[in-house]
Parts: sequence; C-alpha cells; structure tokens
Amino acid sequence: MSGNPFIYIAVMALVTYLIRAIPLTLIRKEIKNKFIKSFLYYVPFVTLAVMTFPAILTATNNLWSALAGFVTALLLAYFNKGLFAVSVSACIAVFVVELII
Amino acid sequence: MSRLKQYLSGVKDGFPIFLGYLAVSFTFGIAAKAVGLGGFESALMSATNFTSAGQLAALSIIASSSGYVEMAFTQLIINLRYCLMSSALSQKLHPSTPTYHRLFVAFGNTDEIFAVSSAKEGYISPFYSYGLMTLPLPGWTLGTLLGVLSGSLLPERIISALSVALYGMFIAVIISPARKSKVIAGVVLLSMLLSVIFTYLPVLRLIPSGFRIIIITLLIAGSAAVIFPVDDEKGDVK
Repeated sequence: MSGNPFIYIAVMALVTYLIRAIPLTLIRKEIKNKFIKSFLYYVPFVTLAVMTFPAILTATNNLWSALAGFVTALLLAYFNKGLFAVSVSACIAVFVVELII
Repeated sequence: MSRLKQYLSGVKDGFPIFLGYLAVSFTFGIAAKAVGLGGFESALMSATNFTSAGQLAALSIIASSSGYVEMAFTQLIINLRYCLMSSALSQKLHPSTPTYHRLFVAFGNTDEIFAVSSAKEGYISPFYSYGLMTLPLPGWTLGTLLGVLSGSLLPERIISALSVALYGMFIAVIISPARKSKVIAGVVLLSMLLSVIFTYLPVLRLIPSGFRIIIITLLIAGSAAVIFPVDDEKGDVK
C-alpha cells in the first residue's frame, strides 16, 4: 500500500454518494411514462433476486447450512411472515444445521 | 402517523439489517486489516461509504496501490446499481419531499435499506428512512472496527449464521408479492436463473457482479415492463 488511504476513502465515498444522490434529487415528480414506471416497479424484484441467488449458497460455512437457511427463509416468506421473523429464522436454521453437521 | 412513529417503525424494521451488517462488516474488518488498514481508516471507510461490495473491491485496489482514478471507476461500476435503486426509491418519496431530506435519505440507500423501503406500501416518510438507518449505519461501522481490532471476537459459527440475515430479508421482500402475482413470481425466478447462468458460465462469469446486476435488471425489468406494464394507480400487477 503506497497511496494515501484517506484520499482513497474520500474518492470512493464521493463516487458512491453521487450515484445514490443524483437520481433521488433530480427525479422529483411522479413518473407518468408507463414504460419507465413499470420498469422501476420491477427493479427491486430483479436486483434483490439476483443478489440473493446463488450468492446465498456460499454465504455460510457449508452448502447444507446455506440450503437450510435458504429453504427456511423461502417457506416463512411464502407464508407471509415479516422481515424480522424470516431473517432471524434463516440465521437460526444455519446455526442449528452447523451444530449437527 | 407522526414523525416519531414513522421513525420508530423504521428503527424496528432496521433491526434485522443491523444484525446482518454486524456479521458482514466484521468479516470486512478482518479483510481490511489483512491489507494493512488500521481500525480508524477502516471504520471511516464504512461510515462514509456504507456499501459492502464497493468496499471489498476497494481493499484490493488499495492493496495493489492502484491509482485514484481506477478507484473512482471501479466504485462507479460496482455501485451503479444504486442509480437504478435510487431512481426506483425516488417514486417512494412524496414529490413534495424537500431536497435536504432527499440528500440524507440518499446516503442510506444501501441494498438492504432499499429492499425494506420497497416493501412498504405507498409513499415513505424521510423519517422512516432515518429510522431504518439508525441501527445499521453504526452497526456497519462498529462491526468493521471490531473486525480489525479482534478477528476472533465473534465465534465463526455465529458469523456464519448471521451471514444469511441479509439474504433472508431479500427473500422476505420478494417472495410474499411473488405469491400474489404470477408476473412477479416469473420475474423473480427468471432473475435467479439468469444470475446462476452469469455466475457460473464461462466468459459471462468474468463480468463484475455490479455489472451483472445492471445487465440482468435492464433485461428482465425492461422486458417485464414491455410485456406486463403496470396498469392501475396503485402499481399492482395481477
């Protein structure tokens, strides 16, 4: 490491913040265009699905605990349990399976 | 709902994010220490950037003493997905929301906070967003610091278990609407399928993960918007 860490941090913080702030400050009105409106409606579903799978399978110490967490979360989410319940139950499932295996 | 109630409801919804961030930032702290960053620098990076993938990529840039321009460009590529998320989030804020609120809300628009905000019905109050950030931001910073100072403080089993907390939240956000709408279910399934293909297939897997998210989002959200445009005012698709 020879660069100044504080300059690195400042550069990355600035770039990351601008990416987040520019759309949120510039797009102020409700979008009426049907295509853009529909596109933005689908954005969270696609981005979150892509980030979750297959990444979740390699998130824990082994594949089996990861699968247990994944399936637990899927089931509870399917039965409309809240964010907190789904999230914590997935963690517990991983913990229990790793205790057994 | 009063501002305080909005805020407190955000704090409550932010708690699982806090748990997940604690685990992820802890492992990030360990990685930061490995490339020679101290506790203060690492915690400062987490407090000012508030993004996992971007920070991890930054470590290898710092370790290899690459230039500042390369750092800027890498962050732009990896974090460009926030541009899509912030655009979507702009529709969740009432048009009358003043700029200073937008500037603060933007800072906290991480993948997870975006996920929780998207799951809310109708407009969200900036105070709800502030509540959402209240635990996760200090958790992210503190976890980083602890990871640098003591890589063995949290047992490996606990870290492993907490590592699925954030994925659990994502699943909660996407699955429950997918049950009600076949279109959303299809969008979710197809997104996961393409994600698998992009992760494992030769050539395609060389695409950085930030770009992968953008490409798949443009493809699937774009096609869905053409084939199944959102009809009514509430934005529901049946």
